Amino acid sequence: MADGGAMLQVNNIEVRYHQVILVLKGVSLKVPAGGIVALLGANGAGKSTTLKAISGLLKHEDGQITDGSIEFMGQRIDRKSAEEIAAMGIIQVLEGRRVFEHLTVEENLRVGAHHGDGRRLSERLELVYHYFPHLRTIRNRVAGFCSGGEQQMLAIGRALMTNPRLLLLDEPSLGLAPLIVREIMEIITRLNREQGIAVLLVEQNAKLALEIAQHAYVLENGRVVMEGPAAALRDNPDIREFYLGLTEMGARKRFREAKWYKRRKRWLT
Amino acid sequence: METFLQLVLTGIMVGSIYALVALGWVLIYKCSGVLNLAMGELTLIGAYVSLTFYTWGLPFPLALLATLIIGAILGILTERIFLRRLIGEPVLTIIMVTVGLSFFFRGLIELIWGTDTRVFHPPVFPYEPVRLGPVVIGQVYLWSFIAALALLGILAAFFRYTRWGLAMQAMADDEMAAMSLGISPKFVYAAAWAIAFMAAGVGGSLLGNINGVNISVGYLGLLVLPAVVLGGLNSIPGAIVGGIIIGVLQNLAGGYLDRFTPGGVKEIFPFVVMTLMLLIKPYGLFGWVRIERV
Ligand SMILES: Nc1ncnc2c1ncn2[C@@H]1O[C@H](COP(=O)(O)OP(=O)(O)OP(=O)(O)O)[C@@H](O)[C@H]1O
Ligand SMILES: [Mg+2]
Repeated sequence: MADGGAMLQVNNIEVRYHQVILVLKGVSLKVPAGGIVALLGANGAGKSTTLKAISGLLKHEDGQITDGSIEFMGQRIDRKSAEEIAAMGIIQVLEGRRVFEHLTVEENLRVGAHHGDGRRLSERLELVYHYFPHLRTIRNRVAGFCSGGEQQMLAIGRALMTNPRLLLLDEPSLGLAPLIVREIMEIITRLNREQGIAVLLVEQNAKLALEIAQHAYVLENGRVVMEGPAAALRDNPDIREFYLGLTEMGARKRFREAKWYKRRKRWLT
Repeated sequence: METFLQLVLTGIMVGSIYALVALGWVLIYKCSGVLNLAMGELTLIGAYVSLTFYTWGLPFPLALLATLIIGAILGILTERIFLRRLIGEPVLTIIMVTVGLSFFFRGLIELIWGTDTRVFHPPVFPYEPVRLGPVVIGQVYLWSFIAALALLGILAAFFRYTRWGLAMQAMADDEMAAMSLGISPKFVYAAAWAIAFMAAGVGGSLLGNINGVNISVGYLGLLVLPAVVLGGLNSIPGAIVGGIIIGVLQNLAGGYLDRFTPGGVKEIFPFVVMTLMLLIKPYGLFGWVRIERV
């Protein structure tokens, strides 16, 4: 089922950890070339697992794709190693930033250029500093001492050093101040538009994600329970209620409400 | 006072050799989490290999270079054959494998080189001692010190400035994050073993010049354990400082305590320090306080 428009295509994958814990129960999604796609869902829905299945990092956590397939630019990648997948241009930015704490900001970036052409290192560095000018001013700071926002910028900048085609971003807004989150989302949009990098964005902050994505998927309990153009999802009453925290009247509402369970069941059937 | 200075200075010089070997040990530990108990044998192999090349007529610097090359090859082979398949196994299993490795290497050494003490002949360094202010130092110590420092400097530059060195540091900091950038853990583990073998090899060769080459060089190589416990298991600067401190303590113990005992203080003292350190400050002087990954 090759699809001319899709750069990445995840076909009905099933993922297990330690051979027994079934976490993804048939997830399918597509990311078109040059697109931004959001993957939403509550804690434990399987968002990070989906990204790790794509990037190949799953094996490192004793996870396995036991059914289905993943294609990137027409090639099967679900049996490839993490290094091979990274070399093809798919780079995951892990949840929780995960900078190399004992290295400086610039050394972190240079690690990202490990496989690149050494002569083009300064060119790549300039590109990262162009999008994240603040990183240039703290280039010699040890990454472990940087603030959360700086670390998130560094994590994305480090991925950018690899010259990626598709970025898998896992909750880049996690634990950051709203202003910084805005800034980061803006930069992601610019990277997408100006560098042509496709993005698969995992977020719990659905409001933000739906603002910058063209298409979105909602994951519940290891299954895609809803998908559609971002605009349609923004207007969907369920999404408004459960992920955007708005009721019909637009007032803020508590995340867990009695009706939630009933509606969730409706999605699942 | 002069004796004291003398003991401290030679201690620092011998300690710099321990520092070199300890750096190799820490590298393996940092990059792959393996507690390697075969370090003494790596040191011993280095001593014999360089001695062999020297006996064949290679000038000593070239013999050292050849030892480095052989060390790199042996390191990569050891990682490939014995350790790669154990990635992800419990820590204890891997420790036991390194114990097995140490017996394996020891057997191999006896098979190839026998058990007699051998010396570098003709001696590599002139016998005449040199005067440094009030103290007199054997040239072999001085040159060993210089060689160890040079290699430490080269390794430091390697970690700081080359992409491979950076990749190794990154892997030590956060394996998953390094992998997410396409860095291969296999490459990093192999490089760590190669460098450890090279460092231990040069260390063994220098120790062999000081004491002659026999099984006792292997015991000296084992002094990395107190050195790294002192410095902190995962700290490279700690390994260097720890190595030098152990060298000094060992010398002082030998110089001042030996006459009160039937002997052996010099051998035991570093391990007494190690035990005390584990009780008082288990993360060492420079170690990261961090939960062990298992
Ligand atoms: N290494 C692992 N071993 C076993 N189970 C795991 C492992 N990693 C994740 N899981 C389980 O898989 C399920 C999905 O986890 P995942 O991290 O993909 O969720 P998520 O949607 O990213 O959640 P969050 O929003 O909290 O990050 C959870 O129930 C989790 O407990
Ligand atoms: Mg997650």
